[in-house]
Amino acid sequence: MILGKVIGQIVATQKEPSHEGKKILLVQPLTIHEEPIGDPIVALDAVDAGVGDRVLAIQEGFSAMTAVGHTEAPIDAAVIGVVDRVELA
Amino acid sequence: MYLGKVVGNVVCTIKDDALVGIPSMLVERVYDGQVVVALDAVGSGPGEMVYVCRGKEASFAFKGREVPTEATIVAIVDDVQRVG
Repeated sequence: MILGKVIGQIVATQKEPSHEGKKILLVQPLTIHEEPIGDPIVALDAVDAGVGDRVLAIQEGFSAMTAVGHTEAPIDAAVIGVVDRVELA
Repeated sequence: MYLGKVVGNVVCTIKDDALVGIPSMLVERVYDGQVVVALDAVGSGPGEMVYVCRGKEASFAFKGREVPTEATIVAIVDDVQRVG
């Protein structure tokens, strides 16, 4: 799982049926110091996150599908938590 | 999934039987410019912004068929609403 920030929301009329009714978020992966790292990913929302939120995202298919309530759907990433804070030891 | 732009398509006469009837598109990834070949599940066309599902989940876009794909276009993007 990765830490990320929701930097956008995607609007798509024509899409795979399993993505209908879900919020589609653009998530910028972050380091633990909240610096952007790597390219933004597209993830379906499982926790009602919104633009500007720091989130926990998963990039593994089975878990992502389960989180959004589908099985055997073309979903490879999901937002599964809204981060309140990160505590570094 | 990742954002990309459809920049063309690939025509193959000889291919896996499971790929027959499914368009193969050339998709340029938005953030790094890499061009990949992705199967199309939503009827996209050149110039359109799309997002692509990667990995074995990509084949779930073709329910009931075992289609060999690691990248499938699963939506046509109308708009990206960004912060700031």
